[in-house]
Amino acid sequence: MIRVCFTQNLQRHVACPEVEVDGQTNATLRDTLNTVFNDYPKLRSYVVDDQGELRTHMTIFIDNEPILDRVGLTDATPDGSEVYVMQALSGG
Amino acid sequence: MSDRILAATRKGLFIVTRQSSGDWKVDSAHFVGDHVPMAVHDPRDGALYAGVHHEHFGDKMHRSRDGGATWDEVGTPTYPEKPADRPDDLCPMRQIPIPWTTKLIWELTVGGGDQPGRLWCGTIPGGLFKSDDAGDSWELVRSLWDDPARAKWMGGGFDFPGLHSVFVDPRNSKRVVTAVSCGGVWISEDDGASWKCEGTGIRADYAPPETAYDPQTQDVHRLAACRANPAVMWAQHHNGIFRTADGGANWTENESDDPPSRFGFAVAAHPHDDQTAWFVPAIKDEHRVPVAGRFVVTRTRDGGKSFDTLTDGLPGEHAYDLVFRHGLDVDTTGERLTTGSTTGSLWVSENAGDQWRCVTSHLPPIYTVRFA
Repeated sequence: MIRVCFTQNLQRHVACPEVEVDGQTNATLRDTLNTVFNDYPKLRSYVVDDQGELRTHMTIFIDNEPILDRVGLTDATPDGSEVYVMQALSGG
Repeated sequence: MSDRILAATRKGLFIVTRQSSGDWKVDSAHFVGDHVPMAVHDPRDGALYAGVHHEHFGDKMHRSRDGGATWDEVGTPTYPEKPADRPDDLCPMRQIPIPWTTKLIWELTVGGGDQPGRLWCGTIPGGLFKSDDAGDSWELVRSLWDDPARAKWMGGGFDFPGLHSVFVDPRNSKRVVTAVSCGGVWISEDDGASWKCEGTGIRADYAPPETAYDPQTQDVHRLAACRANPAVMWAQHHNGIFRTADGGANWTENESDDPPSRFGFAVAAHPHDDQTAWFVPAIKDEHRVPVAGRFVVTRTRDGGKSFDTLTDGLPGEHAYDLVFRHGLDVDTTGERLTTGSTTGSLWVSENAGDQWRCVTSHLPPIYTVRFA
């Protein structure tokens, strides 16, 4: 399973509980997030922009490491990993 | 006669109402803490709309059908997927890509009385959107977005171009006028299916002399039209004040020395008298504060030939209030005016600007005021 957690600050605007996603072979961050967004469709636009890129002032950690591909979201999310969707401290 | 004002601010939306005593007061606060750049009232069904800008989470649209007691998030104007084989649109001034994503909801206008549910939304980076279901869903107006002339559009104040004014002709809802900073005045006669850039006579002194009159690069800060005679429109432009009397084809620059400054952002057009409009002047370009720290509103009643400087009830010294482009509004009678400033001051006039009253000077920075 992959555990996905969202910043508490998002809870004020949109439902985004901590969820567990079935681990898939070669799953990318985009695959994992899409699985969550399918269950919480309003959440999508809070995390990614119109082109599906991570919003400018958001950041995501996979197993405590910030992701490298903010555009394609191709960072691997192996089975057992933990994904934290956070606010960057930039953005006010 | 309007008894209610929406004040959209850096830290929330505030509803201001006129009391039976004649005083105005802040009645309720909404989205407190969140940036609300834009709000509008739909007189056709009473709904309120608010664009909310979250620095981290993007822009969202909210609608209230009960006067603001409750709000629902509705659809957000969203750009379609940029085709992989389409080259980036580059800002001509800085050669940086114009994003295909909503950066700011910058204008909301309701459609005509014969178009229930129609809303228009202008955005940064320049896309115009329309909704035919009261904001539940939005569609990018591709005819404007795909016009090759958009390649000339550039940011003015913001990093990217912004479509900030939409006027729907009360006599013919299919005639829509928009203005872009910086991208000039665009007019559709067919409900947005096609567009033509107009603006002969509008001048940009920030461009090389040979291109100063190019209508497609003009930094119109705000456009307003006379509802009784929509052939007359006013533009508060980066370089000054312009007026058209032929629906937008030809514009005349105000060359009066009356106003303290020809620079400003906001303009309000009298709904019935096509000779009358109001402006809020400031020192141009990098200063952007009232001239000599004296906050005034100016009014012309002769089509822009001369201007009155209105001061009664407005702060006369050490006032550094700036009014942004959506920070001035007139009601349907032409008698009531309101203006809101970057320092959180809100004023109301009930006699066409002759006298003003300060409602509050403690709001967050105000972006938009609208009678509702």
